[in-house]
Amino acid sequence: MSMTRRKLLFLTPAAAAFLDRLGGEESTPPSKYLLADHYWAMSVDIGKCIGCGNCVRACARENGVPKGYFRTWVERYSVAGYPSEHPEVDSPNGGFDGFPGKNRPGSKSFFVPKLCNHCAHSPCVQVCPVGATFETPDGLVLVDKDYCLGCRYCVQACPYGCRYIDPPRQTVDKCTLCYHRISQGETTACCETCPTGARTLADLKNPKDPIHEFLRTNSVQVLKPHMATGSKVYYKDLDQSVR
Amino acid sequence: MKDAAHLLRLAGLFAAGIVIFLLIRRELVPAGFGQYGHFRPGAMDAVRARPMTYAGRTTCEMCHEGQLKLLQTGKHAQVGCEACHGPQAKHAGDSSSITPVLPTPHLLCPVCHEANSAKPKGFPQVAAKEHSGGEECTTCHNPHRPKPVG
Repeated sequence: MSMTRRKLLFLTPAAAAFLDRLGGEESTPPSKYLLADHYWAMSVDIGKCIGCGNCVRACARENGVPKGYFRTWVERYSVAGYPSEHPEVDSPNGGFDGFPGKNRPGSKSFFVPKLCNHCAHSPCVQVCPVGATFETPDGLVLVDKDYCLGCRYCVQACPYGCRYIDPPRQTVDKCTLCYHRISQGETTACCETCPTGARTLADLKNPKDPIHEFLRTNSVQVLKPHMATGSKVYYKDLDQSVR
Repeated sequence: MKDAAHLLRLAGLFAAGIVIFLLIRRELVPAGFGQYGHFRPGAMDAVRARPMTYAGRTTCEMCHEGQLKLLQTGKHAQVGCEACHGPQAKHAGDSSSITPVLPTPHLLCPVCHEANSAKPKGFPQVAAKEHSGGEECTTCHNPHRPKPVG
């Protein structure tokens, strides 16, 4: 068979398409969990948080978070007066051991649980040079530990301070919103153990989820709204002093 | 045709280059990359593969009906079992050989109920040591239905 220029022109792209098909086999999701059916978020009711630290301990146990590192933590705010430019904030060991009782007469005190906000327009995803941090179709921000270089760009980019470098691996780690649990129909470890229901996992794509009622009927705010991160952790009755 | 030989050689080189590029690309680009975005879908599966430590309240309810009924009549009705009893996925998986250790009331109860000015108003709080006078919490309170009887 003689190779004419015409034949070559036809054959080259055909071979390319064939090879590309060989390489790009789609990975199949392991279970019945359908990415398109969910869009995860969380609601936090400040008025219900008692600062017990159950969420912090449960998160550490469920996800094997190293000591001294936190995927979720609780802050105690004490606001002496307004304008509250510099509220007093403490979080001893992230709230892991609870908060020793302190009476600050005349000041307003409350607890603020914090975790990754699983932003829809996440700054950490934008800065990752290797695409190791990504937003999933079901609304989570996750890390591909096999591709993370440990460059720490995302640690700096996260305006909420939710990322840390996992000491043994030297790759970044963060809250996964207990993806291994919620994809099996369970709630997150922090929500599971929150005794007052201050935290609730929410699925924005589920029309029956109480989150819709929660968002409609309450004064709801996200952290650092001016940064337009598309945060999906919705705080009820968040004080303006919270940073 | 004789005049076009140099062009054919060039085209052949290009074709070989493209094939080599595609072969290398096939090796380097992970499976499914770009399916959902600029990332490897396998990373999602890797995160999902983690085993659970907390079994979840619905799992507990499957066996512990009695406690559930009592719990539902009191103020702790909405509290998850593992909020107090700790992670029990192992126990749920093998209840015959793994027995959970009961929490110590005077250490556990104050985790939530020790008075703190930052706790929301209306949440029941006590200065545990003064309140109990050295007695164990469970002397008066049943943790599954905490209101003292009589």
